[in-house]
Amino acid sequence: MRSGSFLLIAASLGFLFLYAPIVSLVVYSFNDSRLVTVWGGFTTKWYGELFKDVALVNAALVSLKVAVIAATLATILGTIAGFVLSRFGRFKGRLLFTGMVTAPLVMPEVITGLSLLLLFVGLEQATGWPAGRSATTIIIAHTTFCLAYVAVVVQSRLAGFDRSLEEAAMDLGARPLKVFFSVTLPIIAPALISGWLLAFTLSLDDAVIASFVSGPGSTTLPVEILSRVRRGVSPVINALATLIIVVVAVGFLIASLLMIRAERQRRRDEQKALAGK
Amino acid sequence: MSAPDLAGAGTAMAAPEPWAQRLAPTLHRLGVTKGAETRGAVALIGLGLAWLVFAVMLFSNKGVGFGTIIYAILGLGLALWLLRVLTDGRRLVIALPMIWLLLFFLAPFLVVFKVSVAEQLIAQPPYSPLFTWAEGKLQITAHLENYQFLLEDRFYIDAYLTSIRIAAISTILCLFVAYPMAYAIARSSPAWRNTLLMLVILPFWTSFLLRVYAWIGILNNNGVINNFLMWLGVIDEPIVMMQTNFAVYVGIVYSYLPLMILPLYTTLEKLDGTLLEASADLGAGPIRSFLSITLPLSLPGILAGCLLVFIPAVGEYVIPALLGPSDTLMIGRVLWDEFFTGRAWPIASAVAIAMLLFLVAPIMLFRNAQGQTGEER
Repeated sequence: MRSGSFLLIAASLGFLFLYAPIVSLVVYSFNDSRLVTVWGGFTTKWYGELFKDVALVNAALVSLKVAVIAATLATILGTIAGFVLSRFGRFKGRLLFTGMVTAPLVMPEVITGLSLLLLFVGLEQATGWPAGRSATTIIIAHTTFCLAYVAVVVQSRLAGFDRSLEEAAMDLGARPLKVFFSVTLPIIAPALISGWLLAFTLSLDDAVIASFVSGPGSTTLPVEILSRVRRGVSPVINALATLIIVVVAVGFLIASLLMIRAERQRRRDEQKALAGK
Repeated sequence: MSAPDLAGAGTAMAAPEPWAQRLAPTLHRLGVTKGAETRGAVALIGLGLAWLVFAVMLFSNKGVGFGTIIYAILGLGLALWLLRVLTDGRRLVIALPMIWLLLFFLAPFLVVFKVSVAEQLIAQPPYSPLFTWAEGKLQITAHLENYQFLLEDRFYIDAYLTSIRIAAISTILCLFVAYPMAYAIARSSPAWRNTLLMLVILPFWTSFLLRVYAWIGILNNNGVINNFLMWLGVIDEPIVMMQTNFAVYVGIVYSYLPLMILPLYTTLEKLDGTLLEASADLGAGPIRSFLSITLPLSLPGILAGCLLVFIPAVGEYVIPALLGPSDTLMIGRVLWDEFFTGRAWPIASAVAIAMLLFLVAPIMLFRNAQGQTGEER
């Protein structure tokens, strides 16, 4: 099995490559030395400094607020867009609609950021709104690019979806809106949840677009991190990274355990149904 | 006008149905209403007439001129369109995301174009207006110097070519790292498979910025690798890795690896194992089997993965800014520096328009062509 052992080695090296940087971030967050990469003994003092760092804590709060609102708006608009794309067939302006929904997926972040900033500046000149850059402008920017991701997730979920259920509801006299809320929406709910989570993460992660459209009082966490990291490494940032990694890993673990349980439950139900026949 | 028509018009005040019903099919044919909304049609015509009167009154002090007519027509058009949208649930559903995207996705590009033909000024905002109103005449002042500047200065063309080169090389490196991993995951037992996939996806949900930041600590002159090698005694002086193109390659491959592994895994998982057994039975060695069966069958996954990595890599700002050298610039960083450091909004806008034409447009066309051939299969 020469090819087998080659595969094993290559894959192990690959996983090492994926996790070594993360492990080093975590290890050096406990390092008692300002020079991040010189080991000076174990400490947890950087975590204390992290929570005393007002700028970072405020930026984190702004980020969370922006991400929750933007993800929710993007999920609402993106679900409608995905629904239109997969169910509405031909309509006037469909090409434009499809183009505008999918283009943000391939748009370089610097262009999205620049174009939205210029729009906000132009609008402010012409109408007085939005007055300066604030959390509102970041929310608008994030909603616009997250919408596209949600639309793609929802569209692919709707593509593999049994339409006979909707048709049955229609035959029983339900109006289109009723069908959507009592049949379609519950079935695509998992896609909405994963779309919301994706939008939330994308919004929390974006440094480039937010750098363009954020104002002095509304710095998000990635913008703050980017400006600090460019000045060099800092153990406080390592501590922050460790916290984020722990939160994400725990959330991820819980989500996958829930998914595995739901899957088992479904299988058991199926077996019961088969045995009952 | 014949007598019955007049009679119909006479009773219209009491019961609007007769003449409105006669109008309805015409409006329907014009695409204004969907048919039976006769009351809507009446309201609409009233609204349009009221708007016309209002517009004439509003602008009559300046004399009824060209502007009045344009405003009146625009107002009427808007009213008609709103009515169409509001009377039709289907259109209303389309309109919500459509209006949002028109306003916050398409309109911004028009503004970018406008600024790209402006002149740089020391003002707030730092560019000259495209339309000016002087002596009752509309004047359009477009400056094409910005585009001329992009073409004449080698700097911008070099940055564009460098971006494509660096993105292409990193994409290929990424493919070489990802392929064995995806293959190993696809061939592992089902119990392991989910765990390994989770391990691939997990880093992707942590912060992108912090994962790039981690490499500064590793590649620095006093970073993990150099410290380790010097401790071993392999080298006496640190190897310079930070702020080189090597660091940019590592950063891109590392950040986008999951995007390459997942589509590869999807095609490799579907691969029919009996084909490989058959080729082994017929005497082909593992390399021959790989080249003539596995590789061709996984081509769709390779293409999808390469696109997913190449597209964000080519316009990347964060990775070259944090890890890259300051002399070889990628186009995303050029745009950023022009805008933030130089405050040259018109030049930055011209760079953005050029990127749209020569980077984003080809990618979108290619993806469309891909999608269509995919559907044909």
